[in-house]
Amino acid sequence: MAWFKRDSGDVDPSGEKKIRTEGLWVKCEQCRQVIWKKDIEENFHCCPKCEKHFRIDARTRLAQLLDDGAYETDDDNLVSIDPLKFVDLKPYASRLTAARRDTGLNDAIINARGKLNGRPVIVSAMEYSFIGGSMGAVVGEMIARAVERATDTRTPLIIVSASGGARMMEGVISLMQLAKISAVLARMDDAKVPYISILTDPTTGGVTASFAMLGDLNIAEPGALIGFAGPRVIEQTIRQKLPPGFQRAEFLLEHGMLDAVVHRKEIKPYIARALDFMVKAA
Amino acid sequence: MSLSATLGNEGYPRTAGLHTAVVAQEFLFLMVESHWKSSQNGHGVKMESVNKAQDELQRIEQQIGKLKSQPALAGPESGQQQAVQQQVKELQERVSALRRHIDSQLDAWQRTELARHPQRPYLLDYIERIFTDWSEIHGDRSFADDASIICGMARFHGEDVLVLGHQKARDTKQKVYRNFGMPNPEGYRKALRAMQFANKFGRPIFTFVDTPGAYPGIGAEERGQGEAIARNLLEMSRLRVPIITTITGEGGSGGALAIAIADRVLMMENSVYSVISPEGCASIMWRDPSKRDVAAQAMRITAKDLVEMNCVDGVVQEPEGGAHRDHEAATALLSTALLAHLAELKALPLEQMLEQRYQKFRTIGQFFRVEG
Ligand SMILES: [Zn+2]
Repeated sequence: MAWFKRDSGDVDPSGEKKIRTEGLWVKCEQCRQVIWKKDIEENFHCCPKCEKHFRIDARTRLAQLLDDGAYETDDDNLVSIDPLKFVDLKPYASRLTAARRDTGLNDAIINARGKLNGRPVIVSAMEYSFIGGSMGAVVGEMIARAVERATDTRTPLIIVSASGGARMMEGVISLMQLAKISAVLARMDDAKVPYISILTDPTTGGVTASFAMLGDLNIAEPGALIGFAGPRVIEQTIRQKLPPGFQRAEFLLEHGMLDAVVHRKEIKPYIARALDFMVKAA
Repeated sequence: MSLSATLGNEGYPRTAGLHTAVVAQEFLFLMVESHWKSSQNGHGVKMESVNKAQDELQRIEQQIGKLKSQPALAGPESGQQQAVQQQVKELQERVSALRRHIDSQLDAWQRTELARHPQRPYLLDYIERIFTDWSEIHGDRSFADDASIICGMARFHGEDVLVLGHQKARDTKQKVYRNFGMPNPEGYRKALRAMQFANKFGRPIFTFVDTPGAYPGIGAEERGQGEAIARNLLEMSRLRVPIITTITGEGGSGGALAIAIADRVLMMENSVYSVISPEGCASIMWRDPSKRDVAAQAMRITAKDLVEMNCVDGVVQEPEGGAHRDHEAATALLSTALLAHLAELKALPLEQMLEQRYQKFRTIGQFFRVEG
């Protein structure tokens, strides 16, 4: 009889493998300590011993950011039509079906409206467990709509990225979403409506090469993997090992690519402070 | 059969000799045609057969061209001359029809191979033939001069324009110097600086895309490859001058898109444009890089595909067999297309042109349904 029971029926929304004991204990993959799960939850899903930031799903994120964990959603009726009828080892259509069933979402993002310290905000939060948070036509359109809604109502926009990049199964259509979102962001920039980008683990590929790096402020969570090219692609290209900490949030901060690295529990106060700066009282 | 065999003792060909030569070329053509037909086995064709057929057809075309210029076919016309002329004309048409047919049979992977063909014209080849008064501008004013992207002032039919794009190379030393057409962030920042310079002085911008992708390296990540690309996407969408982009070879993902936000985005007939290389897609999705042809097909990366999906604005025809077979002809076709598009854009009021650009990208790739 093993001490640790693998609880395979329970889908972990973070997509990470964890060994559980009756679902109450979790072993931290960073400090190797076994920790009471409730302590982690109370610490914003960060390890109370080493402050490792575990991945959280979009709903948990919205609950953490918005007052009373309350928000309304928009655009959640958009569904991919599998434009290329793409089939690799598995049909994309069945990947979509499985992801929709597992997450209860139609695609890898939630568009929400709520309040942050009493101030109305629009938040788009990406869902990494939905096909790696990849961006296809639905994610692209939903972000574009969130940007337009923010611009039209002069409401600050927050986008929380958690994505492996463009969704290959939608081919060049997914690449075109970068262009679409960047164009609507240019108009929001012209209108001087605040936009804060929060980069979480992981934010790579086409998401980094578009909206994630285009905030008035770009902030990241500690330890988040952030990059344009994936570490494996880089290793194969340059045929050498990557330095420790490469493409982590702290590395980007050091190289001048981020405004701040902010602990998850400090993100809400950080944004509130920044919005005070960016929005003049009427 | 060589041309000299048909020459008479006088040193110039007789009409009868010409007739023999035409018949010989006709015979060669029939050989190629039957070879080509037997190489098609219902599962598509091999690139080798395509290249071989195109090489032979090109040779036949050249021979016909030489025959046509023979003095025996000029001068006062006899009935026999007319018959030979007619024969030459018909043969030429048949050769050209077969070449077009072969071109149309290429699958997405074969197009990728053509798009990467080392003899394909590169940006400097186009600049030399399409533009005059080229004057290069270097550097991003911040870190370095990235040689994989070149920018410069030039004139197009007398008008001052900015030209920029990826530059590949053919020999090893130059390839390394050009980093195989894979820019670092400073390349994209140089491009943006140059475009803002053109914007300030109201000069149209031509960009040319031919890259496997943005360079995946340590320095590139340190200096913000993602940010550099993102910034270009945003800024290009609001530049207040006409922008015309041509995908001339490989349109490699974000590394291509970063200089391809334009009023008109054109793809050359044998270019490809994709979110990831067929090899990359195959190794990730099929866990087998040799499935690149399947991946290329599945991703729909050809010019025809992109036009059908409304992701680009038009296709620029290439000479038969591909641009690598005839730089002059390829350049002439491209130049004509660019001139027409620029004229259309200049005829639009500025605000209308900008609104059209915005709406195009706002509505691009809208493939979803609304439930309930
Ligand atoms: Zn820990």
